[in-house]
Amino acid sequence: MTSITTVRVVLPWLLLPGLFLLAVVDVHFAAAEENPNAFNRLMKPASERNAAPESDGIHDPTADGTMMLQPPREAFAGLPKSRSGNYINWSKAIEDQLVAPRYDMNNPDANPIVLDLNIVREVKGSMPDVVYPHKQHTQWLDCANCHPAIFIPMKGANNISMASILMGEKCGVCHGTVAFPVSECRRCHSRPKPVADNED
Amino acid sequence: MHKRLSFIVPVVLMGIVIAAHTLSEPAVAEYGDVVLNEYSDEAGMRPVVFPHWFHRVRFRCKVCHGDLGFAFKAGGNQINMVKIIDGQYCGACHDGGIAWSVENCDLCHSGNPDTPTQVHHSTVQQLMSAARKNAESDDDKTSDDKTDGEGGEE
Repeated sequence: MTSITTVRVVLPWLLLPGLFLLAVVDVHFAAAEENPNAFNRLMKPASERNAAPESDGIHDPTADGTMMLQPPREAFAGLPKSRSGNYINWSKAIEDQLVAPRYDMNNPDANPIVLDLNIVREVKGSMPDVVYPHKQHTQWLDCANCHPAIFIPMKGANNISMASILMGEKCGVCHGTVAFPVSECRRCHSRPKPVADNED
Repeated sequence: MHKRLSFIVPVVLMGIVIAAHTLSEPAVAEYGDVVLNEYSDEAGMRPVVFPHWFHRVRFRCKVCHGDLGFAFKAGGNQINMVKIIDGQYCGACHDGGIAWSVENCDLCHSGNPDTPTQVHHSTVQQLMSAARKNAESDDDKTSDDKTDGEGGEE
């Protein structure tokens, strides 16, 4: 009887040092955030990227399954980095065969039908023209994923604007949801305009 | 009374600190993580979190979006457990053959309750939430907010 009482009284107080440590860490980070002249005030530091499921804000840390899920950093360790999205350059990863995603659900040896054809889109504004590589896209996708529902397979038939892309249409169906986001301007707008074109 | 207090005080303090800890964290989930909450909340289950990154390491986009018929739209497939058990959509692989089977409810239904259907960190989600914030601060009285389906992708 007395031992149970002792446990009930003493145990909670034994946990207090841990609590204070947690509180001190909190205060420390709060103080760091409050520094108005902190470097990169709004940018997420690299240490906070690719959070584990239990601390990513979307998974419920109390769900049994959450702890069994793979933390992204574990999977991304050997993959080439990029500056946005998952912070992984997926097309380089597949090019260098660092990932080997299946093209067929059941057959690990099935190969994609890769089409090596660049489409150049001359853009109206001051940005460099867009070079669209079929090669990188057909590594992942089937022709029917894009044609004809998203892009009519005919020169000049598709009216594409950054506004529609930002709203999740055309290229924005994937770029801005899973493929590299639209903040990576130069990965599409990659061919400088001929000087003569700029003069007329 | 004194003993009971000495039990309650540290426990309550601990609760406060832990709550502050968890509440202060914004969502930093992976780019492209899809939350599906079309039916889950209503059915008393946690919403589904689909990790795009995990699946694209193993399958090319074409497998799900071509062969299995997944539309390029979060919440656009009306997936339910009957279809999955019948081998459609997720059930094509998650049948104990290619991937673990449907008894592992919590591995998919692991999202925070009340999280709306969305593609996490998508451009549309960011634009919508920014636009909504502006609309709310501009005019508090316009309450007919029809953009509830946050981040619905086209």
